[in-house]
Amino acid sequence: MDYDTIAAVSTPVGEGAISIVRLSGPEAIPAADRLYRGSEPLTKVKSHTIHYGKIVDPGTEQVVEEAMVSVMKKPKTFTREDVVEINCHGGLMSVNKVLSLVLDQNVRLADPGEFTKRAFLNGRIDLSQAEAVMDVIRAKTDRAMSVAMNQMEGKLSKQVRALRQDLLDILAAVEVNIDYPEYDDAEVVTGRLLFEKASSVEKKLNGILSTAKQGKILREGLSTVIVGRPNVGKSSLLNYLAHENKAIVTDVPGTTRDVIEEYVNVQGVPLKLVDTAGIRDTENIVERIGVERSRKVLESAELILLILNYNEALTDEDRKLFQAASGAETIVLVNKTDLRPRLDLDEVKRLAAGKPVIPISLLHENGIDDLERAIASLFFDRGVASAEEAYVSNTRHIALLKQAKSALSDAIAAAKEGLPVDMAQIDVRRAWDILGEIVGDTVSESLIDELFSKFCLGK
Amino acid sequence: MNRYHAGTYDVIVVGAGHAGVEAGLAAARMGAKTLMLTISLEGVAFMPCNPSVGGPAKGVVVREIDALGGEMGHNIDKTYIQMRMLNTRKGPAVRALRAQADKQLYQRKMKKTIEDTENLTLRQGMVEKLIVEDGVCKGVLVATGAEYRAKSVVLTTGVYLKGKIIIGDLQYESGPNNMQASVKLSENLQELGFNLVRFKTGTPPRVNGRTVDYSKTEIQPGDDAPLAFSYDTTEFLKEQIPCWLTYTNPETHRMIHDNLGRSPIYSGVIVGTGPRYCPSIETKIVRFSDKNRHQLFLEPEGKETNEVYVDGLSTSLPEEIQRRLLTTIPGLENAEMMRPGYAIEYDALVPTQLWPSLETKKIKGLFTAGQINGTSGYEEAAGQGLMGGINAARKASGKEPIILDRSQAYIGVLIDDLVTKGTNEPYRLLTSRAEYRLLLRHDNADLRLTELGHDIGLIPEERYQRFLAKKQLIEQEKARFSAMTIKPSEKTDALLKQKGAAPLREPMKADRLLKRPELDYQDVSTLMPPSDVAIPDDVAEQVEIQIKYEGYIEKQLQQVEKMKRMEKKKIPQDLDYDAIDGLATEARQKLREVKPISVAQASRVSGVNPSDISILLVYLEQGRLARKTG
Repeated sequence: MDYDTIAAVSTPVGEGAISIVRLSGPEAIPAADRLYRGSEPLTKVKSHTIHYGKIVDPGTEQVVEEAMVSVMKKPKTFTREDVVEINCHGGLMSVNKVLSLVLDQNVRLADPGEFTKRAFLNGRIDLSQAEAVMDVIRAKTDRAMSVAMNQMEGKLSKQVRALRQDLLDILAAVEVNIDYPEYDDAEVVTGRLLFEKASSVEKKLNGILSTAKQGKILREGLSTVIVGRPNVGKSSLLNYLAHENKAIVTDVPGTTRDVIEEYVNVQGVPLKLVDTAGIRDTENIVERIGVERSRKVLESAELILLILNYNEALTDEDRKLFQAASGAETIVLVNKTDLRPRLDLDEVKRLAAGKPVIPISLLHENGIDDLERAIASLFFDRGVASAEEAYVSNTRHIALLKQAKSALSDAIAAAKEGLPVDMAQIDVRRAWDILGEIVGDTVSESLIDELFSKFCLGK
Repeated sequence: MNRYHAGTYDVIVVGAGHAGVEAGLAAARMGAKTLMLTISLEGVAFMPCNPSVGGPAKGVVVREIDALGGEMGHNIDKTYIQMRMLNTRKGPAVRALRAQADKQLYQRKMKKTIEDTENLTLRQGMVEKLIVEDGVCKGVLVATGAEYRAKSVVLTTGVYLKGKIIIGDLQYESGPNNMQASVKLSENLQELGFNLVRFKTGTPPRVNGRTVDYSKTEIQPGDDAPLAFSYDTTEFLKEQIPCWLTYTNPETHRMIHDNLGRSPIYSGVIVGTGPRYCPSIETKIVRFSDKNRHQLFLEPEGKETNEVYVDGLSTSLPEEIQRRLLTTIPGLENAEMMRPGYAIEYDALVPTQLWPSLETKKIKGLFTAGQINGTSGYEEAAGQGLMGGINAARKASGKEPIILDRSQAYIGVLIDDLVTKGTNEPYRLLTSRAEYRLLLRHDNADLRLTELGHDIGLIPEERYQRFLAKKQLIEQEKARFSAMTIKPSEKTDALLKQKGAAPLREPMKADRLLKRPELDYQDVSTLMPPSDVAIPDDVAEQVEIQIKYEGYIEKQLQQVEKMKRMEKKKIPQDLDYDAIDGLATEARQKLREVKPISVAQASRVSGVNPSDISILLVYLEQGRLARKTG
């Protein structure tokens, strides 16, 4: 049987153990191959073999994981479809990252119990096991439903509903033009108008996607880097944050061996402090934390804590750090306020270009509250819903939001190209349907209701 | 009343409105010995409402009826007084034909066609009762005592079942336009255990065109281009008759407002549910109180009458108020009202009691089609009538029913919606009801359905050969476009510039060039050597649409593939939903009621969610395995 391709983490969510991202379906092998860099493409390897290689983000070629990948071609597989399993030895974050890359390859997140269901429907499991399959579907669906319900009450569903309403407005206007061409009271939706309206919805969708990203951060930690010249107080800050907040140190082998991550929780914001090994390794501090190297780490950071020395004048190195940090959320810390001022604060503020500048003294533990508040406000002011977002449903929502976005982009492109409005509208309708899956409503009847409540139609 | 045996047929059609005539003609043309019974021979193919056929979605249905071998397209092409193509400035998926009909001529021509048809008997008679034995319909009983026997019966009773006309305080039992209502049949259906609902619809007043001052209105002419619904039509009307547009105004609205107390809709006299898309003028003014005018189209009812239909002014206000209302409208100040508008209430069958073949679940051999199934509109009725007639005839000869799916035809969408979701107001087709709108186009109805029409036996061989030739020419011409390379040249650039398109940088295949929104078939073909054979316009149109919108069409076809996989998973009619562990209660109830024939249909039942479908799939697979392993 020919279904679409699905993927999910097939091992229980947890730290430490090996996690497997499993793909099943006709696109499983090519999809995995697009992320895989090894000695030979997965599309060329023999069935039922296992391969060592790197999993990269195909957009940036950035390595996210070293993995063992097994390729099993149909029909001798669990689901009787092509199956690929990516064995990740990293923690939750890297598995998540691999899964989300997989889901970007036109692969859909599996429903609860779906692998088993496919196995069954493809005749892989015998009758005596069928009841168990039903139980799996039932139990997992119930749980997923309750999680979904919780989220539905939250902000996300409200936002998605609002977006759907915006799309519905466009749809209704286009439909009125089509079904009642002589009706003179409805705005004629031109390609340009559709372009504008769809673009505005796309913008809002991006906004939701960025908060969805924050939801992910809440689970995985905000990737944070502490930068600064030698001796400005990086390790003191790290020690302070780690000590006060009971850091959990995790080793992430297999990526860059010497990167160590530590988790701290600052006023409810989980920070994933990156490259702490470099900071702690005080002996080689100058070589290891050179500006060049910091810059690399900076590129992937979501939050940068840039430390300056109040007691020294700004150097070119400092200025370069400002430059390197310009793309990310940054908090500038002016440390050693207990010492004599030699720093040109006006220049610092100018360089900071609106980013928060906080004077602290790590030695006297002054100003640290301000820092923590700044971190929290930076994060929460962007409207994060709840720290309890569920793993599965959330990934599903993100995947759906991305699909909706791509449908909208198609609509916008079509309108821009000058295709008829009712063509572009097909993709608007698709975006509307996809968003409906998030809030559990895809009944097209509501479009018809909208038509008749809004316009006085009919002769 | 003394009963007598009056005859035995393969198929009996009760009613001769737009559903009935298609049902009767289809059955007879398929070779079934067919009887059509109607309360009055004056009512054959009668248009009690607006004098027009077609429009968005509906016009496509007429084309589909024609491609399947039905009659509506032929008949309107013989009797129109004006024809227009709508939505020409939009994409091909939403273009639609609409014709103004000469009402009387429409009836006369249809009646003659029926009278001329072999195997078909048209007879006046009021059916009062169905003859049902052991859950199977065996015939009908007419008021005169005539008892007819048949293998299948199609009910197309329109709004006649317990019909009641309401004009202000005046109420009386009646079919449309003072035809006799059918009371006993409705009672009989109830006795047989059918679930009926009460719906309502209405019409506007008619005025004498001689007394209308058209100078105060806007003219709405037909299109100059020759247009036709039927793929057979080769002759076109020379002199078209225009319609006219005028508007209501605040004075009209005030008068209606002041008299709402006398409006049966607002005084509670009318209990039936009316259609939202065809509201009375009272409803428009109450619900959209911020609008200070509404469009009114003055539509001539034919060539040999002065009667003009005031489209947009549907009302059940008292006659006196109707006459005063007309005087407030520009152009109608001195218009003589010839008939008042009225509301009509009637009984309809809850359509979820039907299989997608339009056979009732309760009584085998009994089919229902048209307004009795809760729809509204001539085209919706005709589409169902055609399918009901086809399936009744097939049933009579022991064949499987023909069921159109949602990607095949608007008729498929219509019937699937009715039998899967039911309807809580008179159902009208809208393009937005079709998820594969781009596939269900006005222009490709023949490509979608002629083959099937031929298989069923409704498309004659000559027409079928003509169709095959057209199809082949389309493929040839498409192949020519994909093989031809257009090179950059002065001629090419000049044309592209004139059309506002970017110049060619390097050679490009003709089909790729045609994809540019600024260019059409004619443009690109002028850049190519002439074709060996003449390319008719309808072929050129197909080539253009199929190439231009290939990407979109492809996308929809993929969705259709997905749907069809689920459509192929059949559900046995006797499936015991109570035995399936884990179905949600609401889903279980709905599935039990609708009895979907496939998993795809089940997934469209409201209240059934994806996890219910998963459980259903697994359960069905279990049953299949159990049978296999014995």
